[in-house]
Amino acid sequence: MNIVVCVKQIPDPATPGALDGSSNALKREGKLILDESDGYGVEMALQLAAANGGGDVSIVSMAPNGEVSGMRTALAMGAAKGILVSDPALAGSDALTTAKVLAAAITKMGAADLIIAATESSDGYTGTVPEQLAEVLGLPSVTFAKKVEISGSTLKADRQTESGYDEVQCPLPAVISVTAGVVEPRYPSFKGIMAAKSKPIDTVTASDLGVTAVGWAGAGQKVVQVTQAEARKAGEIVEDDGNAFNKIVAYLENLKVI
Amino acid sequence: MAINNIWVFAQGADGVPTTGTLELLSKARSLTSNVAAFVGGDASSLAAVLGEYGATKVYATGDLGGKLPGPAVSAAMKAVIDGGDTPNVIFFPQNYEGRDIIARLSVKLDRTVLTNNIDLLETADGVAATTPIFGGNTLVTTAFTGNGPHLVSFRPKSFAAESAGGAPASVVTAAVPDTGAAGAAKVLAVHVEASTGPKLDEADVVVSGGRGLGESGKYGLVEDLAKLLKGAPGASRAIVDAGWVPYSYQVGQTGKVVKPNVYIAAGISGATQHMVGMKGSKNIIAINKDKEAPIFGVADLGIVGDVHKVLPQLIDLLKSRG
Repeated sequence: MNIVVCVKQIPDPATPGALDGSSNALKREGKLILDESDGYGVEMALQLAAANGGGDVSIVSMAPNGEVSGMRTALAMGAAKGILVSDPALAGSDALTTAKVLAAAITKMGAADLIIAATESSDGYTGTVPEQLAEVLGLPSVTFAKKVEISGSTLKADRQTESGYDEVQCPLPAVISVTAGVVEPRYPSFKGIMAAKSKPIDTVTASDLGVTAVGWAGAGQKVVQVTQAEARKAGEIVEDDGNAFNKIVAYLENLKVI
Repeated sequence: MAINNIWVFAQGADGVPTTGTLELLSKARSLTSNVAAFVGGDASSLAAVLGEYGATKVYATGDLGGKLPGPAVSAAMKAVIDGGDTPNVIFFPQNYEGRDIIARLSVKLDRTVLTNNIDLLETADGVAATTPIFGGNTLVTTAFTGNGPHLVSFRPKSFAAESAGGAPASVVTAAVPDTGAAGAAKVLAVHVEASTGPKLDEADVVVSGGRGLGESGKYGLVEDLAKLLKGAPGASRAIVDAGWVPYSYQVGQTGKVVKPNVYIAAGISGATQHMVGMKGSKNIIAINKDKEAPIFGVADLGIVGDVHKVLPQLIDLLKSRG
């Protein structure tokens, strides 16, 4: 069973986001980390590979400046190898271009039985890349999977819906996107972190993969305006002296909710 | 480019169009009188109301036979476009089905997508959509470059759903072409998670709990208060990820967008992820131990205190009043 996990390396979400003044793109400079949402996909891949006779878990990522620190985290968790697409020409790529690039990188890695991604990244959250990737590769997909089992060449997953979940069956190879909380991502061990340093990461450019019209040139969109939203007025803040609940009651009475 | 043809991906539940569908139709008809609704399934019970809200035509694929809508509906849309009806813009709701279809269609048409939007404007040279970022503090307007159909998805409650008093729309069959391997995923069974009381995204009062509750057993306080106020219980992403409550309870960017009359945030610090989903509430009450918590920046009434003390006091008093 060969599983590929798409991972995104993003600016630390603990630091406030900012837009680049000239392009209005999200600033992605400095050290990048593994998107927390991707820890679930890596963990699920490791568990599925172990439960289905072993095989390799590989990771694929697209990031500026040859950035691999987030990928090393996934390798330290137990993934075997990675491919990084890094190319200044990719700056400004939209989700569709990203999907085309990832699809080409996955194809370069060889036959994958299963491709896993998060439902959306934490920084850009367009939220379409997994399904676009499936369409580019001509594969079936189950997005928002929260429980996944494989038996032979068939995948079964519980897929979130507005009112609960659907049990979905899908032949392999396939693409799935997994939600946060589906599994508990393991912490990399010291041994894992040391081993990750020597695991192979193949760095390629978009043109190496034969994908053209990428970056700003390939994006069918352009930011035309950035404005500040109207701020909500802060209201009354009180310290609880043991009677603050009466304040809430009075507030609700005033609104005629009670 | 003048907008003269818009499609809306339309969804039904229990034989009627969803509120989200009616919101999108209301916006679409404010831009052009030529609006088609596109249904993945059978549309016979939906066409009257879709027409009332502005659709002049309804494309319907007919029963999908358990196939997931992503590959099937996008293929049916592509076939209609190839047949000569080319919309300028296609509206999708920001939800599970909407996401899958817009993504598949973007590859089939080789068009970019703009997601998570709250508004759409017609500009001198095309179409632009507005999305809130950084927790809703900043609004970014992005224009499509190149030719349509432009693919855009909107967050729930971006527009008001208002009847136009239109006549029932005529239904045209849009058959699903063979989708091959890409369309091979099938639904085996549908599970509805039981919930009582009003729906989270329609309730007049929402009481949400977060990490500040300390442990999953304390979520009962949130449910009790919601029940007493005839509201719906909600949750922050943190406690959904921790497995305390199902995902269907989640309020926020990746969960539900709520705009109730009263929103009570109990033990929620106010991560941007959460704020995006509740900032539009008319009245916000927050209870949190940390007086620096960002949630107090949007609260109309903020109580700096322990939810384990304040909630039981509040619940007891409301119970005693019957």
